[in-house]
Amino acid sequence: MSYSLLEGNEAIARGAVAAGCRFFAGYPITPATTIYHSMLNLLPPLGGICLQGEDEIASIGFCLGASMAGMKVMTATSGPGISLYSENLSFAIGSEIPIVIVDVQRLGPSTGSATRGADGDINFLRWGNSGGLPVIVMAPVDVKDCYTLTLHAFNLAEEFRCPVFLASNKEIGMTRESIDLQQLDIPDIVERSAAPADQPLLPFAVAPGKHVPDFLPIGHEVLVRQTSSTHGADGYITTDSAAIARNQERLMHKLLSAVDRFSFHEHYRVKDADTLLIAYGVSARAAKAVFTMQKRQGNPISLLILKTLWPVPQKVIRHAARHARRVVIVEMNLGQYKREIKRILPRKSVAFYGQMDGRLITPDRIKEAVNG
Amino acid sequence: MDSLLNPARPPVLCPGCAHERITHTLDQAFQNMGLAGHQIVLVSDIGCSGLFDTFFHTHAMHGLHGRALTYAAGLKMARPELNVVVTMGDGGQGIGGAHLLAACRRNLNMTLLILNNFNFGMTGGQYSATTPADAQLGSGFLSALERPLDIGEVARCAGAPYVRRCSGYRKDLAHLIREAIEYEGFALMDIWGICPGRYTKKNRLTPKMIDEALARRPPLEGIVPENERPEYGQHYRRLAAEQKKVSEPAVIEPQFSAPQKGRQEVVLLGSAGQRVITAGEILCIAGLTAGMQTTQKNEYNITVLRGPSISELILSPRDIDFSGIETPDVLVALDQEGVDRRRDLFQHLTKKSLIIRIGGIRLPHSKARIHEVDFKARGIKRTDWALASLAVLANLNRVISVDMLMSALTFRFKGDTRQAALALVKQLGAH
Repeated sequence: MSYSLLEGNEAIARGAVAAGCRFFAGYPITPATTIYHSMLNLLPPLGGICLQGEDEIASIGFCLGASMAGMKVMTATSGPGISLYSENLSFAIGSEIPIVIVDVQRLGPSTGSATRGADGDINFLRWGNSGGLPVIVMAPVDVKDCYTLTLHAFNLAEEFRCPVFLASNKEIGMTRESIDLQQLDIPDIVERSAAPADQPLLPFAVAPGKHVPDFLPIGHEVLVRQTSSTHGADGYITTDSAAIARNQERLMHKLLSAVDRFSFHEHYRVKDADTLLIAYGVSARAAKAVFTMQKRQGNPISLLILKTLWPVPQKVIRHAARHARRVVIVEMNLGQYKREIKRILPRKSVAFYGQMDGRLITPDRIKEAVNG
Repeated sequence: MDSLLNPARPPVLCPGCAHERITHTLDQAFQNMGLAGHQIVLVSDIGCSGLFDTFFHTHAMHGLHGRALTYAAGLKMARPELNVVVTMGDGGQGIGGAHLLAACRRNLNMTLLILNNFNFGMTGGQYSATTPADAQLGSGFLSALERPLDIGEVARCAGAPYVRRCSGYRKDLAHLIREAIEYEGFALMDIWGICPGRYTKKNRLTPKMIDEALARRPPLEGIVPENERPEYGQHYRRLAAEQKKVSEPAVIEPQFSAPQKGRQEVVLLGSAGQRVITAGEILCIAGLTAGMQTTQKNEYNITVLRGPSISELILSPRDIDFSGIETPDVLVALDQEGVDRRRDLFQHLTKKSLIIRIGGIRLPHSKARIHEVDFKARGIKRTDWALASLAVLANLNRVISVDMLMSALTFRFKGDTRQAALALVKQLGAH
């Protein structure tokens, strides 16, 4: 095997370019800045566009404009920037504007600790929009995931016309790691579905059997309307409550009904194991170490590493837990995703270990939770 | 050319609203320019000015309050051929102030029409950034407390190359709008008008009074010569085309075998400015030259040239799960700040552990073997200590060999830096 040495953030940038992203806008913030630096190196020579916004609001605003002009777009920030993205996230959700958003999480609340890791934004990413409609959130574990999940993120953003988040972490984004780029499992590239170019466009009309409207870019010979207002199929504000309700249902359903197709995960099942350990993000690495140790010591457990967090991959979680008597979930926060696990597995005993002090959760801590 | 007004969606503005007049004038300007709808995108945000995109048969993007200029920038960069026309009110100008300043400095070829009617019409006549201090409005006495902003002056100071402040009742307004759209750069028009629904309920304002007020201000009539410069998009594309293409990540072929076969964990405990992170990267690259997998987890403060700098490095023949280090095989004590930050590590050290200590650094008690070095006495600069410690490791044939290190340095550095680094390794090997 021959390896390259890559930082997680650079792997995300490289993955984005491989996915066809040619527009990036960001605002400097540790620990996400090296994504911006990488995109600034990568995009201009390819004829792409990389901009530094005057703030995070501008950065995501540039992206939404460019996405409506037909480009694949990405922005990257950390918790404080996600806060500023919020109003435009709601716009992208409600008005179906494809965009990939990287949150290289740092310890919060607020400005918190710029150079310390955490997974404290997991619920914020899901619920930090007005209207409460679903988004897609994926969490990489290592540098390989940074590359491949970014490709998937673009594919999903294009297919479902929605924001897709990569919930990274300082301890993944700014960690360098060996990677064999030839051995990656690369998906085919997906483009958003184009509307017919020979007739007037109803920008939010959905063809029978589909959940997502077809797209034409602003600037096409056929006129395109985009609006953040509550709209009908024609893209004009509407007060038709039946049409409004239908559209909201569709925006929810298009993701919830499809999550089984993009429930990325790793499941290490040991027959007869009493305990299922669930982890995501960088903590999954320590969990994997515990899985290996327990197996070696003759006291095996099963392990589920979730890489799609939202919409909740309920089927995967139920399936992985079906033989377990006990479930242990580990998170680099004070317990955010455990609510989902408890909701999905109401009859299981669910134990939790969380830590939010800027340090990685160690295998020893997880072992105590597993064997405790 | 035909009118681009949307007959199915006539203006829904209050009778007597200046916006309605400007709607028709804008249409006239489009017609005079011979533009088709698909050559234009109208970008708008919230408030009465935010209805404009619905009145026209053009491309349209309507978004959040004050953010229209940001969407417009993305659209214009992606589609340079489009005529991008942004409508905002004095409200949107206030909430989007940072975007207005940035747009003036950026100079993308687009037109901003600020439909300035001195208050928030839609929400009940609250004061805006341009409300005169003596106006009677829905926000009570608060409007008397803040000084109104002269948008045109601000735009001129911020670098906008085209700024016009004028009345919405001017007979030649269509001509002026056309001039602004045709200007190759960021063109801003601060167009004053009357809001009969709110503002003139309690405040007297007529087109004549607007003319008189405008006459009392220094004129802003289009091109600002001292601000003229290359348009951002064209300039961007010119500079971007000069950038060198970045190659794929270099693949490092294994060519050596590591001195120890199993997993090795090394922690460099230094401080900012010692190039600890670069030394860690080189150790990882050295590992790759022996076919090892590697991780480099770093810890430092947000300050740039102050505070501890720590790099945790794992080299392993197998997949690496947990990337933190609790029981390092080798600890390199480069600076007291790094040692003090990670005192917790020392209690786990065993007799097999190795500490490389720079003379003078105080260490917590541990069972590890200590290898003393005095880089200062050898005339090695402090900025090279982290690198020099790798040479010490290699010469001890611990974790990496001299061949692995030389190969990594050759890969990572060029020119004089490479020569100096290789010389440093040789110098330390001589002893």
